[in-house]
Amino acid sequence: MPFINAEVAAKTDYDVIVVGSGAGGGQMAYTLTMGGARVLMLEAGRNYDPVAEAAMFQTPEMAPLRGASTPDKPFGFYDATVDGGWQVPGEPYTQASTDETQRFDWWRARMLGGRTNHWGRISLRNGPYDFKPRSRDGLGFDWPIGYADMAPYYDKVEMLIGVYGANDGLENTPDSPEGCLLPPPKPLVSDLLVHKYAGKLGIPVIAGHRAVLTRQLDWKNSPAKLHPGNPAAQAIIAADMKRRGACFWTTPCGQGCSIRANYQSTTVHLPPALATGKLDIVTDAMVNEVTLGKDGRASGVHFIDRTSHRNISISARAVVLAASACETVRILLNSKSTQFPHGLGNSSGKVGKYLMDTVGSDLGGQIPLLESLPPHNEEGVSGLHMYVPWWQYKEAGKLGFARGYHIEFGGGRRMPGVGTATRLEWLTGGSYGAKFKEDARRYYGSFVGFAGRGEMIPNEKSYCEIDPKVKDKWGIPVLRFHWQWSEHETRQAAHMQKTFADIITAMGGRVRGEVKTDGAKAIEPGGSIIHEVGGAIMGDDARTSVVNPWCQTWDVKNLFLADGAPFPSNADKNPTLTIMANSWRVADHILERMQRKEL
Amino acid sequence: MDRRTTIKWMLAAAAAPLGHGVFAAVPAKVAAKPYGQDPKLLNVYHPGELWPLTFSAAQRRTATVLCDAIIPADATSPSASAVGVVDFLDEWISAPYPGQQKDRTIVLNGLQWLDKESGRRFSKPVHELDAQQLHAICDDICYLPKAKPRFVEAAKFFARYRDLTASGFYTTPEGRKDLQFIGNVPLASFDGPPLEVLKKVGLA
Repeated sequence: MPFINAEVAAKTDYDVIVVGSGAGGGQMAYTLTMGGARVLMLEAGRNYDPVAEAAMFQTPEMAPLRGASTPDKPFGFYDATVDGGWQVPGEPYTQASTDETQRFDWWRARMLGGRTNHWGRISLRNGPYDFKPRSRDGLGFDWPIGYADMAPYYDKVEMLIGVYGANDGLENTPDSPEGCLLPPPKPLVSDLLVHKYAGKLGIPVIAGHRAVLTRQLDWKNSPAKLHPGNPAAQAIIAADMKRRGACFWTTPCGQGCSIRANYQSTTVHLPPALATGKLDIVTDAMVNEVTLGKDGRASGVHFIDRTSHRNISISARAVVLAASACETVRILLNSKSTQFPHGLGNSSGKVGKYLMDTVGSDLGGQIPLLESLPPHNEEGVSGLHMYVPWWQYKEAGKLGFARGYHIEFGGGRRMPGVGTATRLEWLTGGSYGAKFKEDARRYYGSFVGFAGRGEMIPNEKSYCEIDPKVKDKWGIPVLRFHWQWSEHETRQAAHMQKTFADIITAMGGRVRGEVKTDGAKAIEPGGSIIHEVGGAIMGDDARTSVVNPWCQTWDVKNLFLADGAPFPSNADKNPTLTIMANSWRVADHILERMQRKEL
Repeated sequence: MDRRTTIKWMLAAAAAPLGHGVFAAVPAKVAAKPYGQDPKLLNVYHPGELWPLTFSAAQRRTATVLCDAIIPADATSPSASAVGVVDFLDEWISAPYPGQQKDRTIVLNGLQWLDKESGRRFSKPVHELDAQQLHAICDDICYLPKAKPRFVEAAKFFARYRDLTASGFYTTPEGRKDLQFIGNVPLASFDGPPLEVLKKVGLA
């Protein structure tokens, strides 16, 4: 039985305990079990089966409030996330300041698969510059590894999970080797218009990269590249690749995919890992501490079984935390001992420091060219057929902010929702009656939205720590957040607004709402984009970083981190693909050390 | 509860000028429970199942008239009330969430204003007005930038009510058909825009 209860797990011998079941934990469990290690995965939330539970074809009139977002379901009723959001009942976090601009809102998903159930599936590689940002502009930190170290793992992850895209040969926007990418979906008419008119402004518009199978994975050739010399692993993944369906061009990915055509940990990483027979999973296991042995090594973890409320300790030869950057930090800081009075792995005092999110700002416009078009199906892969990579590397230093952003955009005649045909007064002059119905038809599908996603530079004022007083309902001390954007981020957000307005205008369109020229108003609050990384950064020096280049804590040799916590920078590229590539890299290293009997 | 939403709402409420007359009233809050973070997604829900509804018979009559003034039946599709939009509005303003509670105040006060205005101008309840009389009132409040000062609050109500009516209407099968939405069905391939579409926008 792969899904087991806490008592059974406590009596079993494991090589590695993996805390967390999302992108980092899923990849870790996959690579370790394929490599022969016996793994226990602990997930704080409930079990979740997207094949049985995903509400794919449900339409808004079947849902409460027509599926509108609520504080319970911030991304709409049918969003696949359950037991998650910016607030989780009974599990608070606190803000160090009452200043609204200094708050960090922490998104969590307490469920098997974690945030991979919800994410946008945007899968961009960091480029060579993104690993060495300090060398380029003197700000933030370099990674102790470079693009060449990560590239083979990007290749593998793309082949394993299935990522569509194209190779455009653009600066710091890496191409993938032959055989890695699936073909991109055909652009929508709105994409083609952005391509044409943004192109006239010198802004490149290229195929998006998302983890969606635009055709079946290459189960004949990829397995040997993924697991050279390991026929058992090749057979397992070939069989699983055959079972995953290709996209059938309907339903939003965020509602989950029962045919397994997109990546979420539960449909891609966990099934083959379970097929090895080497993986056990305990859900509802709220890990609060990594326990320390007398030899100074991690002896295992301690967790609270949320169903029985019992305290349980489990041991293993090595522990990997992949609980999401902030939860990993929380576990480390709550793991106090005489040897590590300020938390495990925290000799540097850097645990919790350099927390980052992504700079976000958006703006939409109405495009007369798109009005009253002949009806046609525009669902496609439900997002990002095309995008704009950062295009002004040559202008760095002249823009007033150091780092770049990419632009995600989208239009189309989508499934009407509660926002459809609303807020039209600025176009209609306040029509109602028969005229309003005509206006609704005319403007439906004529809007294009632009969202900037930019790099935040780590700073001393953005971090989390343990709140000295507040505990959650399990009695576990909670995180307290400190947050501050620098001008590098706020100016970038203002630049995004101007760029979006320029593109909309070039398309002959009209901007909807206000173009925010004040960056402090243009920028989304910290945590909004849900790209939390940092907090336990990797480096070459034990005094200034928490983990070494292998994401092994400097203090405890058999404790590794495999989520976004070790990121020393947060490139504009969405972090998930890099979390997976890095996790595979770390997993390979753990396997090697185990073979050398070092763990 | 999402603190950010709550705070956003509180700030917006604090920034809004105090209404006068019926718009200053604050209706009783609903005490119902939210559906929580792990609701059954595959159930089909109907208004009134998760929390009790609000509209009295009189409020319902007025709400129906206004819905259908905004989205009347035409050759393409039925009226808003014919596809359950009044039930949706009632579900919406009865929901235990901050955004919906804000709309509860706007909608209940607005419907009351409409009743009073109808009585004041025509000595009749709203549902007895003829089309010309109803439009006389609607024309005064349908576009906030041009509303006279004494109609500003009513125009804010109308804008919100029109949005909610549209939300309710276009999320029904009849509303989707009206907009000629095509989708929510599996396809063997995705072929992109047809040639006639590309021609129309100058891309072919």
